[in-house]
Amino acid sequence: MDTTTDSGSNAQADRPERLDRRLLIERLSSYWLIGAGLFAVALFALIVLTLVQQSIPIVSEHSLLEMLTSSNWDPASEEFGYLPAIVGTIYVTVLSMAMGTPIAILAAIYIAEYAEGRMKVIVSSFIDVLAAIPSVIFGLVGLIVVVPFVGDYLAPALGTHSIGLGIVTVSLVMAIIVTPFMISLTVESLEALPDELREASLGVGATKWETIRSVLLRAAGPGIFSAILLGFGRVFGATIVPAMLIGGQTAIPESPFDAGETLPSLIVNDFGELMSIPLTQSALIFVGLLLLVIVWLFNFGAMLVRRRLQRRWQY
Amino acid sequence: MTHDTVIRTDDLEVTYTGKREVTALNGVSVDFSENKLTAIIGPSGCGKSTLLKSLNRLHEIQPNAEITGEVYLEDDPVYETDEPLPEIRRRVGYVPQKPTPLPVSIYNNVAYGPKIHGDYSREELDDIVETQLRKVNLWSEVEDRLDSPGAELSTGQIQRLCLARSLAAEPDVLLCDEVTSALDPISAEQVEETLADLKEEYTIVMVTHSMEQAKRLADDVIFLYLGDVIETNDARTFFENPQNERTQEFVEGHAAVEYDDGDDTAPDSTADAPPAE
Amino acid sequence: MDRYAEQRLFGFLARASAALIVAVLLLVVGVTIFRGGRVFLTDPAVAITPPGSRYMLDGGGGFLHAVLGSLFIVVPATVVATTLSLSTAVFLQSDYSSERTSDVINMFLNVLWGTPPIVYGVFVLTVIIAVGAQTSLIFGIVAIAIFQYPIMTRYADEALQSAPDAVKEASYGLGATRFETARVTIRAALPGIIAGVIMGFARGIGDAATVLFTAGRSTQMPGGPFEPATTLPILIFEQAASFNAEVRSHAYAASFVLIVAVLALIIASKLLAGRYARFAPGGRQ
Repeated sequence: MDTTTDSGSNAQADRPERLDRRLLIERLSSYWLIGAGLFAVALFALIVLTLVQQSIPIVSEHSLLEMLTSSNWDPASEEFGYLPAIVGTIYVTVLSMAMGTPIAILAAIYIAEYAEGRMKVIVSSFIDVLAAIPSVIFGLVGLIVVVPFVGDYLAPALGTHSIGLGIVTVSLVMAIIVTPFMISLTVESLEALPDELREASLGVGATKWETIRSVLLRAAGPGIFSAILLGFGRVFGATIVPAMLIGGQTAIPESPFDAGETLPSLIVNDFGELMSIPLTQSALIFVGLLLLVIVWLFNFGAMLVRRRLQRRWQY
Repeated sequence: MTHDTVIRTDDLEVTYTGKREVTALNGVSVDFSENKLTAIIGPSGCGKSTLLKSLNRLHEIQPNAEITGEVYLEDDPVYETDEPLPEIRRRVGYVPQKPTPLPVSIYNNVAYGPKIHGDYSREELDDIVETQLRKVNLWSEVEDRLDSPGAELSTGQIQRLCLARSLAAEPDVLLCDEVTSALDPISAEQVEETLADLKEEYTIVMVTHSMEQAKRLADDVIFLYLGDVIETNDARTFFENPQNERTQEFVEGHAAVEYDDGDDTAPDSTADAPPAE
Repeated sequence: MDRYAEQRLFGFLARASAALIVAVLLLVVGVTIFRGGRVFLTDPAVAITPPGSRYMLDGGGGFLHAVLGSLFIVVPATVVATTLSLSTAVFLQSDYSSERTSDVINMFLNVLWGTPPIVYGVFVLTVIIAVGAQTSLIFGIVAIAIFQYPIMTRYADEALQSAPDAVKEASYGLGATRFETARVTIRAALPGIIAGVIMGFARGIGDAATVLFTAGRSTQMPGGPFEPATTLPILIFEQAASFNAEVRSHAYAASFVLIVAVLALIIASKLLAGRYARFAPGGRQ
């Protein structure tokens, strides 16, 4: 702004020059900004192209269907069956979401509809802090607290056996990691609702809970739905916690208390040692591509369903 | 007042505490008669909405509202009571200012109250929905699309749907908060016609900022100014022969210039004139 | 009265869920502080001592290499990501792009935002292999910057959008160019942008998956941009389950450092956002 405010008679002479300079800056900066805007697209395209190109060796050598349905993962003898990791990923995702979602939605309801004043500020800043804690710390606390809890108490209590590391352990920790994200998004969508909705429902004699259940959760439904899908994406792509706590076992788990492997943890556990074998490298890069494609599908599906819900549940 | 009183307030005082303390009502005592439409008028921010909402305790969803005094609904206290709040709000229904459909179908908007309060069969519900929609003159416009979202109607239709939704809960009193202010003139007229029909059967309390509307619809009028009741009277006396000087100014000011939002600067503020009764 | 019982039940469940989450947070922070604090009590210099020669075997020395590695990677990455994301966010405003264009770009940003960090790690590693380089500090910077970019763009975009239109109008009304106006808008949106930068920094300093394969996992002091380096999260990841108690204790101490840093960043973000709020019209009473 400092260049524009100059005025007075002595500016008469140098005004064209000054204006030229400003316009030059304007033109140069707009090139840069257009470039920055395109960077997002270019980055995405570059990632996809690189991963696709590097995945070609494995896909041309093994049939895709066979890799996705075979349970034999043994890179040393060129066996690349992803099924154990796929099953492990599904197990972990479903279990942590089943535990995390109801708690997240209930806690969000508490913050948005019940809590008042100081309590509300305190609880929401706690949630913010929880969301910011690095996942590797959750992994560490998982090792110190959750592993013995599952191995020594939970598994025996349920009449089964566990070494502590395994799918249940990962799911418990992931449920904790994923709730704060879902809570903040759910709170946001609940708080964005107009008070008239609450008044309209309470005004015909609904209880607070009936208002929440049949009006507010529905009206905020598209936002809550996005929150849940975002949670799915997070658990699904989580790397560090599964790698630390799942026990690294590339066999199809028989029970959720077994050790296993998720797609991302497969990359971590096998990349280091086997980087030198080109085909294994390609097989693991293919996992990266797989993750990207599934997340992309998630996003796209979420967009469609969201639109539908928004139409159906408009207010 | 010659008619039976359905709901009345007794020295009602509402204060919004918070960053800035605001007294919205200064000890208000008014009566609302059965099967009449009572209009609450006055400049913006004078406590009209607060008075309306305090009748079924809806202002309580705002944090920091403090209230003293009492409201009696057919002699039952509304505040000092064991009766559950939702039951009070069923008996005193509320229609918001902004046309607000619930995020469900047209049918379920109307059936919302009945489904909560009673066990009705599908046929009975169908019946209720049709009856209520006919009452608000909406049935013919929506009978073939009861399953589409309420929000797909026009704002005028939505406001009538909101009326039907409130009526379906079988309230004793219906509170209407400037229900035509967000509508275009034609829709507003339709809603007014509906209200004119309804007041034969229901006790209606309506906040309005339009003096003309109050003249057209109201049986009784309450003039509220800065949290005080300046005058309550039947509509004819109120408009033709106002008892209070400030009412006179307000009525005449509006007769000369029809302004939309009450202008706070219009009358001079010597706010403690006694309510004329 | 059935419906009132239901109302009470769910009111209780909502409170209980919130309490559970608060309790879990206290547990996580508590365990980290307690276990890490104990290590610092016995060996206060562990975070500022370079590692010994057989560090991964006996935990000799300290983990200064990881502390420095984290700083040398995340600080430059945040600078790069801030520049890029702020520029992208400015471009997304209506002055530079049509609604259609920004919708398309936003769609790609959303996909990037939801992409698991491990994918960025694999991507950068693939590039490293393709150009025949070796994993090193500089590629750690690249990976973290890519990871931060969509996060920080979202914060910056939100902040810019919430700046009042009146600021823009006033600026254009004085005859300012788009770029000059953008500078004023950025100033008006500064609290949100700064908060976004700090949150981006916090996310960057805590992430392990992106740098695991790209920074090179070194157990020596960082030697330069083209030498391997390690970060605190990688150190915790690698040493948390070690059989050697001394090595393991370094993981505890490192997580103490990390959690304190992250908490400090959050507080700083709130304070700074408040401090700069005076540039935002109507931002502070």
